[in-house]
Amino acid sequence: MLSAIWETEGLQTVGIVVLVFASIKLLHILGLISFSEDSVEDELELSAVRHRPEGLEQLEAQTRFSRKELQILYRGFKNECPSGVVNEETFKDIYAQFFPQGDASTYAHFLFNAFDTDHNGSVSFEDFVMGLSILLRGTVQEKLIWAFNLYDINKDGYITKEEMLDIMKAIYDMMGKCTYPVLKEETPRQHVEVFFQKMDKNKDGVVTIDEFIDCCQNDENIMRSMHLFENVL
Amino acid sequence: MATGVAAWLPFARAAAIGWMPVANCPMPIAPRDNSRKQDELIILNVSGRRFQTWRTTLDRYPDTLLGSSEKDFFYNEETKEYFFDRDPDAFRSILNFYRTGKLHYPRHECISAYDEELTFFGIIPEIIGDCCYEEYKDRKRENLERLQDDQEENKDLKQPNLNFRETMWRAFENPHTSTLALVFYYVTGFFIAISVITNVVETVPCGTTTNQKDMPCGERYTVAFFCIDTACVMIFTVEYLLRLFAAPSRYRFMRSVMSIIDVVAILPYYIGLVMTNNEDVSGAFVTLRVFRVFRIFKFSRHSQGLRILGYTLKSCASELGFLLFSLTMAIIIFATVMFYAEKGSSSSKFTSIPASFWYTIVTMTTLGYGDMVPKTIAGKIFGSICSLSGVLVIALPVPVIVSNFSRIYHQNQRADKRRAQKKARLARIRIAKSGSANAFLQSKHNGLLNELLELTGSEEDEQKLIKSISLLESQHHHLLRCLEKTTVRMPLCFTLNTHSSAHEFVDEQVYEQNCLETALQTYPSHSSSIASHDSPAVTCCGASGKKNTPLPNANLPLANPVPSHRGPLQELSALHIQSADPLSHTSSRSNLNLRTDESKRINCKSGRITTAIISLPTPPALAPDADGLHRPLSAGTNIVKVSAL
Repeated sequence: MLSAIWETEGLQTVGIVVLVFASIKLLHILGLISFSEDSVEDELELSAVRHRPEGLEQLEAQTRFSRKELQILYRGFKNECPSGVVNEETFKDIYAQFFPQGDASTYAHFLFNAFDTDHNGSVSFEDFVMGLSILLRGTVQEKLIWAFNLYDINKDGYITKEEMLDIMKAIYDMMGKCTYPVLKEETPRQHVEVFFQKMDKNKDGVVTIDEFIDCCQNDENIMRSMHLFENVL
Repeated sequence: MATGVAAWLPFARAAAIGWMPVANCPMPIAPRDNSRKQDELIILNVSGRRFQTWRTTLDRYPDTLLGSSEKDFFYNEETKEYFFDRDPDAFRSILNFYRTGKLHYPRHECISAYDEELTFFGIIPEIIGDCCYEEYKDRKRENLERLQDDQEENKDLKQPNLNFRETMWRAFENPHTSTLALVFYYVTGFFIAISVITNVVETVPCGTTTNQKDMPCGERYTVAFFCIDTACVMIFTVEYLLRLFAAPSRYRFMRSVMSIIDVVAILPYYIGLVMTNNEDVSGAFVTLRVFRVFRIFKFSRHSQGLRILGYTLKSCASELGFLLFSLTMAIIIFATVMFYAEKGSSSSKFTSIPASFWYTIVTMTTLGYGDMVPKTIAGKIFGSICSLSGVLVIALPVPVIVSNFSRIYHQNQRADKRRAQKKARLARIRIAKSGSANAFLQSKHNGLLNELLELTGSEEDEQKLIKSISLLESQHHHLLRCLEKTTVRMPLCFTLNTHSSAHEFVDEQVYEQNCLETALQTYPSHSSSIASHDSPAVTCCGASGKKNTPLPNANLPLANPVPSHRGPLQELSALHIQSADPLSHTSSRSNLNLRTDESKRINCKSGRITTAIISLPTPPALAPDADGLHRPLSAGTNIVKVSAL
């Protein structure tokens, strides 16, 4: 008997409790009650980053491009990125368009870091133009330094085998699967071995910048290919 | 490659220097850019509005008109700009596509106009950006549906050679095609009504007879009801069998909903016939009688609204399913709660959870019969929550269903409205065309008058009559005259000059007179072979006397230019050749008998229509009538009347 009474009373209590909570929630939703102090919703939206580049004269002075070339470059840049900066996602998208067969995202990531010289997570027009200036109008030395920077992922001045392997895998990823001859798993590794054999003079397992530059300057193929893209713009 | 990022190609190539130290083999030679034009501004003049852009912007998409050398066709040397005679508003979005790489669909633009612009400029609509693609597709689908509706109606109007089976099927599907079909339609409707009413009245208690019990009418007048039932079932059976016979695809017909309803409606009767003697299964037999009520669904063939309702329910199946599911969930929850809440109270009707289902359903649909009422406080609280939530749950999916119904209903209404407007539209189009033909006849009249006047040498009248008509008109008229001269036929019976004459375009009234005359005279009808145009019977000039021959040479126009007629032209001889007219009401042409006088008049008129060259979208009356005419006319329904000046 007692249990029966408890049952009914219990259910009664449950019902009343449910009702009370529901009404409180209703009032809260209607905005008549607020619970905590920090319930103020800050509508602070991160405003879109807008960046205006330095003036044309300064860029002209800092880079080796002519005025007209800078104009053309900027028009193209601003068309693609109206906000004035490229973030990594957009960069990856753009770069991936050129290599439809493979996955260019890893290499684009390294490339982005190479361009983003001030490491603020976005490539502004100045970074873009500086990088291009080195690549297209720089001396061979500068180009080689730039390449070294690209390979040196953690920017510590040494290229280790792991870094090189990452870069190599990223490059081979861009090729995609449909290649002839078929890419095998150890192809990047072998390629890294070849590279290190060539570059690492003192066989200490890392390549320093001097070793790199020396070795490249002695290699005819590399020297010739450095001049390949000079008439791009 | 998406050339929207063509601007980044130099960058990608420059970055390729990063591969060089790693590469083992020498690199291929880079292509030289010989055309080192500086980037220049191009002016695009679209109907007066000048757009300017860089040449490289347009070069981004080389497979479009503006990006390829195709635009050189539009280059204007004097003004050094590209001139396009197109809509400048639509061109805006097209040029923006080149600039931004995204094609947007402006919502105020008509969908077919926009499509045409896209086709002109060589842009495929599939690259419309995601923001506008849905809208574009919706509008396009809507437009297509509308066009399809029109086409379907055209198919109805067409009169191809239907065999008996197809005619019957058409009569069944669309009762307005012939009186017989209409009669059949009403008869079946009447019998459906009779059958349903009989079923209902059967159960009403009729007056008392000698025994005290109140008997339902069905048991009192068994024979009468049985006769009525038999009659109805026979009609339905005959109808079903006829439909089955006439159906173009019997298997598909048997699977369709309507045929299943038909079968379910008439089966109980037959089963009852078979099983009357067996007492054990009479209980089951009684259940079968329930299915007779399905006959009422046969009305959906007769009512458009019912069909729309059914279609709506079908299309809202997911919403209905959701409604059902949520209701079931709520019922189970509340029934459980109410059961446990009322368990303690004495003499509670909530004996089990399924018993509480009834209470929950009645409460949630706000029926509230009151046969089960909670007595405890908890029960009352939960009961009130139950009724409140019931209102909400049921009210939610209903607007979706209503909007679906409204959309389909309005679509149907629009289709009906379009059909009604189409007749008026066609009439107006016909008037416009007759204007053009009349202009031609008028000019011919003037031309002949000019010749006449030249013969008689009267100068002043000649001046008056040389109306200045535009170059286009004069060229058009010359074309029609050439057509006349091409089509000559040899008359078969001549009492006057034996000159054959070319067919000429005739004035409307005269032609109708000719038509009526030939209809009055019965001629042996011809088989519908095309080659029989050389065997018409001709009455020659006997009838020509009573015809007034107006100055414009009145002649029958051709539906199809059939240049197989032979003989030179001889205009200035009075010759009235009449050939047999299969257009008369001989029943040899079963394909034409569905239209009575209407067809003949239309056939007469349409001959005139085809001659006028007006670039309108082919009015539907044109095509079927032309088809219908093809055989009769080429079988020689040519009234050739040439008047002497």
